[in-house]
Amino acid sequence: MKPTYKFKKPELLHGVDTHYCSGCGHGILHRLIAEIIEELNLKEKTIGVAPVGCAVIAYNYWDFDCSEASHGRALAVATGIKRVHPSLTVFTYQGDGDLASIGLAETMHAANRGENLTCVFVNNACYGMTGGQMAPTTLIGQKTATTPLGRDPREKEGWPLKVSEILAMLPGVCFVARSSISNPAHVKQTHDYIKRAFMNQTEEKGFSIVEVLSPCPTIWQKTPEEAMNWIDTEMTKEFPLGIIKNTEVHR
Amino acid sequence: MTGNEAMGEAAIRAGCRFYAGYPITPQNELTAYMARRMREEERVFIQAESEIAAINMVYGASAAGARSMTSSSSPGISLKQEGISYMAGAQLPAVIVNVMRAGPGLGHISSSQSDYFQSTRGGGHGDYFTPTFSPASVEEAVRLVREAFEVADYYRTPVLILADAIIGQTMESIPLDVLEKPELRFKKKPGHKSWALTGARGRPANIIRSFFLYEGQLPRHNELLSKKWEKIKKSEQRSDLYQADDAHFLIVAYGSQARIVREAVDMLRNEKIKAGMFRPISLWPYPQESLTAAVKKIKKVFVIEQSLGQMVEDVRLTIPEKEILFFGKTGGEIPEIEDVVNFVKKHIKR
Ligand SMILES: Cc1ncc(C[n+]2csc(CCOP(=O)(O)OP(=O)(O)O)c2C)c(N)n1
Repeated sequence: MKPTYKFKKPELLHGVDTHYCSGCGHGILHRLIAEIIEELNLKEKTIGVAPVGCAVIAYNYWDFDCSEASHGRALAVATGIKRVHPSLTVFTYQGDGDLASIGLAETMHAANRGENLTCVFVNNACYGMTGGQMAPTTLIGQKTATTPLGRDPREKEGWPLKVSEILAMLPGVCFVARSSISNPAHVKQTHDYIKRAFMNQTEEKGFSIVEVLSPCPTIWQKTPEEAMNWIDTEMTKEFPLGIIKNTEVHR
Repeated sequence: MTGNEAMGEAAIRAGCRFYAGYPITPQNELTAYMARRMREEERVFIQAESEIAAINMVYGASAAGARSMTSSSSPGISLKQEGISYMAGAQLPAVIVNVMRAGPGLGHISSSQSDYFQSTRGGGHGDYFTPTFSPASVEEAVRLVREAFEVADYYRTPVLILADAIIGQTMESIPLDVLEKPELRFKKKPGHKSWALTGARGRPANIIRSFFLYEGQLPRHNELLSKKWEKIKKSEQRSDLYQADDAHFLIVAYGSQARIVREAVDMLRNEKIKAGMFRPISLWPYPQESLTAAVKKIKKVFVIEQSLGQMVEDVRLTIPEKEILFFGKTGGEIPEIEDVVNFVKKHIKR
């Protein structure tokens, strides 16, 4: 019997090989975003902003208008684009170093202005692109290139930064959710959250962010399967899944 | 109007649709002016959380196809440099106003010309230049802002207005026609801004980027940019002369210093000393052609700056065979007319 495929490659995904490591989460997320934009029929109305990080050339894989942004400034760039084209859908795609460390000011203030934007926040608990240094989201005890003994708050290396919870406190933010892509059910959940975050923008509800716990087997020094399990067993303890905030923004 | 406000109005008349800025003296009047006027015009004004955010918002607005501007003063311009470098790389036009104050560090809010190197030598990282225009009056500031938008769009690159704090703060009247009937140098080309991000409708997707990962891409891109820098060097040199026709001694000065030097030239002429002035208006590209022509019959060249000597390097590069004498004051102190006169007299007696 011939296998039947439920899913087709989304048309907005160029059919090219990516530069990502095996088991990396970016591929799944790129696909979800392409799928969602297609489902919402937004190809001609979408502008994506890629970060500096492993997803720096995300625009090579998507077939809609995109801009690069300097490290951490994606939400400032997105603000500029959106204010010029309020009727277009503008989203950023950012890693944890990009969004929560160097770009924290831009993140907080875009959210606090209530910019009508969608942000996909990829939390892989490390700096992937630069070789696996500590990120603001690195777990306590997690070994990285710059925390060789494991992240230790007693050494003033800090605690995992819960950006989503912090952003949920801001009145300009309408939707905050955290999901993972550790199994097909979670991928489906992630799809639904990101779709909601895009729809919120069309409905002019304010700032929406979806944090996705995403595997980085290379830096974590795990097999792809082990990495998926580590998300479920370790990461979700620090970063619980679910909707953190879902409201109308009062203006 | 103050120079700061006039530059804001000039930007609005030039079709600036997007402004983002962060407060810093001595350019605050410009930000405040834009806050009021951009709203009236139903365009975008954003008080950004920092200069870094402001330049990146301008990056986004420019990528979206809008004429965009930001303004700041020296320390803030330092913060914008990464963004300016990205814009040069990604070929995004914008106008960036630097109303200079004295440094290094927090320095002083008083007028200074110590950002010449930063402005004319790229400023940020990487192989690029930023066309830089320096006004000597409020009226000229208005003309240059207007022109800066055109130059930025034509060449697809960020353009700097480098104004001394004195120009930003001075109140001067401006002939109405300067604001109302701007002379346009460049005709809009067909397919104007077809590269902009507007949604991929009926065309392939557009990408705004300065990152070129694969072998040979970046050298090719930089070669392309290099052709642009060469073209700008040829076509965008601007300068002005005063009493230079029969001069034996030429004083080179830009911005507010040129006004002091102009008076010094008059005083020297009263004493039968044939002095003249050369005033660069474009600092990059440096007006090498006109300076070379202007010094043909000149015995000595004087350079007056409100710095420890920055522009003087371009003078030395342009006319190395001439005797070049530098006088400057640093840290926000202003050379007086008499200082200039005495300096020239001291060196021509010998
Ligand atoms: C101003 C600046 N500082 C540092 C870097 C180097 N850098 C590139 S990517 C990166 C971290 C990326 O980590 P993250 O945002 O978590 O994304 P990931 O690579 O893990 O997907 C850093 C520090 C840079 N490109 N620019």
